[in-house]
Amino acid sequence: MIRFILLQNRQGKTRLAKYYVPLEDSEKHKVEYEVHRLVVNRDPKYTNFVEFRTHKIIYRRYAGLFFSLCVDITDNELAYLECIHLFVEILDHFFSNVCELDLVFNFHKVYLILDEFILAGELQETSKKAIIERMGELEKLE
Amino acid sequence: MNPFSSDTRLRDMIRAIRACKTAAEERGVVRKECAAIRASIDANDQHYRHRNMSKLMFIHMLGYPTHFGQMECLKLISSPGFPEKRIGYLGLMLLVDERQEVLMLVTNSLKQDLNHTNQYIVGLALCALGNICSAEMARDLAPEVERLLQFRDPNIRKKAAICSLRIIKKVPDLAENFVNPATALLREKHHGVLITGVQLCTELCKISSEALEHIRKKCTEGLVRTLKDLANSPYSPEYDIAGITDPFLHIKLLRLLRALGEGDADASDSMNDILAQVASKTESNKVAGNAILYECVQTIMSIEDNGGLRVLAINILGRFLSNRDNNIRYVALNMLMKAVSADTQAVQRHRATILECVKDSDASIRKRALELVYILVNEANVKPLTKELVDYLEVSDQDFREDLTTKICSIVSKFSHEKIWYIDQMLKLLSKAGNFLKDEVWHALIVVISNASNLHGYTVRALYKAFQTSTEEETFVRVAMWCLGEYGDLLINNVEMLDIEDPITVTESDAVDVVEHALKRHSSDLTTKEMALVALLKLSSRFPSCTERIREIIIQYKGNLVLELQQRSIEFNSIIAKHQNISSTLVERMPVLDEATFNARRAGSLPDAVSTPTGPSVNLPNGAVKSVAPLLDLLDLSADDTPAPSSSGGDFLNDLIGVDPSVVSQQPGAIHTSKNSTDVLLDLLSIGSPSAPIESLPVQRNSSTIDILSPSTSKREPISSLDDLSSVSLSSRAPSNTGAASMTDLLDGFASGPPASENNGLVYPPITAFESSSLRLTFNLSKQPGSPQTTNVQATFMNLSSNAYTDFVFQAAVPKFLQLLLDPASGNTLPANGKGSITQNLKVTNSQHGKKSLVMRIRITYKINGEDKLEEGQITNFPRDL
Repeated sequence: MIRFILLQNRQGKTRLAKYYVPLEDSEKHKVEYEVHRLVVNRDPKYTNFVEFRTHKIIYRRYAGLFFSLCVDITDNELAYLECIHLFVEILDHFFSNVCELDLVFNFHKVYLILDEFILAGELQETSKKAIIERMGELEKLE
Repeated sequence: MNPFSSDTRLRDMIRAIRACKTAAEERGVVRKECAAIRASIDANDQHYRHRNMSKLMFIHMLGYPTHFGQMECLKLISSPGFPEKRIGYLGLMLLVDERQEVLMLVTNSLKQDLNHTNQYIVGLALCALGNICSAEMARDLAPEVERLLQFRDPNIRKKAAICSLRIIKKVPDLAENFVNPATALLREKHHGVLITGVQLCTELCKISSEALEHIRKKCTEGLVRTLKDLANSPYSPEYDIAGITDPFLHIKLLRLLRALGEGDADASDSMNDILAQVASKTESNKVAGNAILYECVQTIMSIEDNGGLRVLAINILGRFLSNRDNNIRYVALNMLMKAVSADTQAVQRHRATILECVKDSDASIRKRALELVYILVNEANVKPLTKELVDYLEVSDQDFREDLTTKICSIVSKFSHEKIWYIDQMLKLLSKAGNFLKDEVWHALIVVISNASNLHGYTVRALYKAFQTSTEEETFVRVAMWCLGEYGDLLINNVEMLDIEDPITVTESDAVDVVEHALKRHSSDLTTKEMALVALLKLSSRFPSCTERIREIIIQYKGNLVLELQQRSIEFNSIIAKHQNISSTLVERMPVLDEATFNARRAGSLPDAVSTPTGPSVNLPNGAVKSVAPLLDLLDLSADDTPAPSSSGGDFLNDLIGVDPSVVSQQPGAIHTSKNSTDVLLDLLSIGSPSAPIESLPVQRNSSTIDILSPSTSKREPISSLDDLSSVSLSSRAPSNTGAASMTDLLDGFASGPPASENNGLVYPPITAFESSSLRLTFNLSKQPGSPQTTNVQATFMNLSSNAYTDFVFQAAVPKFLQLLLDPASGNTLPANGKGSITQNLKVTNSQHGKKSLVMRIRITYKINGEDKLEEGQITNFPRDL
């Protein structure tokens, strides 16, 4: 199960933070700070997995953005790595060539996309097309 | 309407925040915005509610407090329109978590929305429920969610499936309600519904064994078919990732199959074919394919044994290990670690590759690989593996060294049957990374060296050679000092040469050079310097030609600021200068250290006592300490058991304090002293050992003995001669604690010594404190003169049964008016049939002395053949006046 998803830039600014386990606000800030510290200075040659407290972080870097998932120790790391990539592809498709600013100004939409992709820390939909179509339907209702 | 900024658009606020140059500026903007939003909330401004919430979410993400917006979420959720609800639920998920009470208020809205006619609103409610569901909500809303599992739109069904998953996680009791609808989902064709259904079933299997049984029986075949269809499905652009159709679904299916196959041969059997197909046919040049393979391997290793499949699985991991991608290697190592228990032989085949991974630049790979190597070490491969690791130690990262060193050390210790190999490896390890090792490691090494009598020469020569190149590591230097002191003579003559050695030429003065170097190197700490001084003393008699030079080195420390060094310098100097005739006997080689005792004590000593005593700071009154520091132990180990080498033992002591020996020999009881004084001498020569016992000796003797020991023949009163004695330079610590009380303190440790019985009038007849059919406990009670409140108790345990006791632990408790100090026991195993005993000293101080008598509750635990035993009792038969 995914414990939380963080999207941070190189400076450690959080662009998206989704927690599937209850945490205090202060604890969330601490987690965000620690995760950023963990991933930002890691050699790109190293694995994309870092142990974090009793869980592990699966992260991937896209330009200046770090996508980090915190998952259980027994989870399939490679699958989540692929999962991050699928999420990025969906974002890329949705914003047509996504950049950090898209995510900043449309952060609420990013959350909505994520909610169609992952729910309660579990994978909900694996088809990029289905998610984009669903987003289109929802946009129409606005 | 609010005058300043509630009408700025979200976009403008984000711009304004982004334009801030400093954190303070940003705080200003946010503060202003928050004030505006609050004002707008207070005004119950419906028009801007939507926008305010979006802004609050952004502000929340920046890390500012936004609790004042929580009620706004609820208002938005209860408004009728989809856009309001949408932002309301989004706000709810971000700003509120399941522990907040606000959530209680939202349950009703959720219930309504779950029953809403607009399926998009139902979707919103399910999404919110899935993300923040609490146990109460789970109970309240489970029926709605269960109903929605059969909803016509797949988008709702898949959300409902995950909500169900969350609900049964929160309230496992509800699991049985979901079993039937969940298994129905497994027959779905829609990938989204199928994958969520599979996840729900996996969770059900985890939570309830009945659900597991049910799903295993009804669905295994269907799942196998689904996986087969999926694996054989033609290209489908919608789900394609790197040429594989929906790897995520593959993985979730494999995971569910794993849950079903575990512990069930039939189910395992029915999935063998498809697992074999997935394992052999899946493309492994992309992450997606490898992810499936990895999951498949995990399933193969978990389900009931099928030899062929396991070989296939381990081979996949072997392939992973040689992959260039670090991620793949990492998961392979992780998996091999789990596989090692199932099939060590298969994993052994990849040993070489794993060993390469220990040298990887990525710390997480190194760590995993090292752990794996550690598991793989066995009799057959320990030598080459250790060699590789030790070689790598030299070039490894500083951060990694500690881990590596500890692991090598435990490998070497685990396979230490061959002494020469053990010594070799330990010396290498110490000289390269000794500072990472705990003290007990080199203590253990010294014990082994001492026991390997045919290797003394070899060891000391190896140390000498290694010392020429490396003196960085403190612990290495210490071992070198100890060995040079003990076996220095074997160094220069190439004594006990082994075939494998090259002869070396070392002169006596070379050996002294080494010790001098160790003594004078800046980084040497006190313990090392103390050891170096002792080594010099020992060498002074082994190398007569260097005696004068050694004395000169030693004498340099006579004014050292550290008392312990100063004391040693002066004492050793006087031994060398004035007592040549006896010094060779005095510095004889230490008797072989007893391995068993050392190991027992090491096991028994408290963890916090592991640190080395650092000279004078360890000014512990004997016996009052709970556990004896191991270093002290180590070098004193056999001191107690040493038979007096000769009657001249007594003379050493007297010599040492400058008394005419002849006087002693005329005294009755002088022979009797010899044993003890030898012990004392050994104590004296041991490192860091406080010289307390020396002072304590005279007190145990009659006053006549005290007289003899005082420099002038007895013309004074006994008491004054005591004072006299303590002012003799030897007992440097005595002046600080003169008087009778201090003397009694010093006695504590000696309660076991034979002279105890000579303490006039203060010894009581032994009592049998406790006796059961299997155990007898006797107390020998004594008091020290001058402190009537304190009773020394020597407890002796005797095993009356025919089974040996292990892990023997004695515990005692006393009422408040008593104070109890428990010394460590002499051991923790008690041989059968009374063939041996354990003794343990206690000190009881009675604050109500004369009014109340002693009483004690005891508890004894031990094991017979691994089975725990417990005995308890109360001791009330102490003599009355204690």
